Amino acid sequence: MPPLLFYLLAAITLGFGLMVVTARNPVTSALSLASCFVGLAALFVSLDAYFIGTIQILVYAGAVMVLFLFIIMLLDIKAEEGKQPNLAAIVSGIVVAVLLVTQIMTVVGHTKLAEKSPQNTPLALVEAASKAEGAAKLQTIANDLKAGELPDAKLIGFTLFNQYGFHIQVVGLLLLVGTVGVVVLSKREKSTGGAA
Amino acid sequence: MITLGHYLVVSGMLFALGLAGVIARRNILIIYMCLEMMLSAANLALVGFSRFHLTNGLPDYTAQSLVFFTITVAAAEVAVGLAIIVALFRSKQSVETEAITKLQG
Repeated sequence: MPPLLFYLLAAITLGFGLMVVTARNPVTSALSLASCFVGLAALFVSLDAYFIGTIQILVYAGAVMVLFLFIIMLLDIKAEEGKQPNLAAIVSGIVVAVLLVTQIMTVVGHTKLAEKSPQNTPLALVEAASKAEGAAKLQTIANDLKAGELPDAKLIGFTLFNQYGFHIQVVGLLLLVGTVGVVVLSKREKSTGGAA
Repeated sequence: MITLGHYLVVSGMLFALGLAGVIARRNILIIYMCLEMMLSAANLALVGFSRFHLTNGLPDYTAQSLVFFTITVAAAEVAVGLAIIVALFRSKQSVETEAITKLQG
């Protein structure tokens, strides 16, 4: 990927991320967050993670952000106007963020691992197919690899269902419990006088 | 040349932005959005490590499986969290953190 494209995508992601934090109107924040997630999905694609990039857009920029906007409009939340911003909280937030970024940049600058790039660690698709180990033993994956394509979704599916079958079921149960929990939480209590 | 370090720094900056938002803002909905941003920043670091940790010439898909689980759990968390915020708004008529002082001694 050309460096300019990376910097453009990083600027989109971080710029809209900054707007989420600074915007006074919650609708602006939510729309900025959606744009931020689209930039992030593009960064995922630039890392050869096409499937993750796709579900980032489908789940985050699609479902989650629609839910956020729906709640903002349902509750009819106005922009906070005329209120004094909490100065101590803002200053401490900026200080913590700057400290964290400084620390991460220092650590990244001192590790050899961070010098890996797509140029010096290229994907070896044909070699992976010829070795025929692990996922490449499957015919459909091996064919894609021989054709020089990265069968991203197939490889994730192979890993998920080979090594994390139980975890997938746990996550399925979590989604079920979440659905039931949301229904219980949003149900109005009838005539008990308790807080809904 | 774009290296893993570039991706890690972008991920760290996005995480720091989210953290600053959680600390500085008082609208619960925006705090919640910042939490989502921090989760996504962690995902970016994971995908970066996955791409540059080659096993047999392919990216390490264990990390991407973890990202898959993170996104699923985050989606469930958003649904439950927003339901809690709606319930909170019903009893307090506000989504500001200052309005919620019930547990304060």
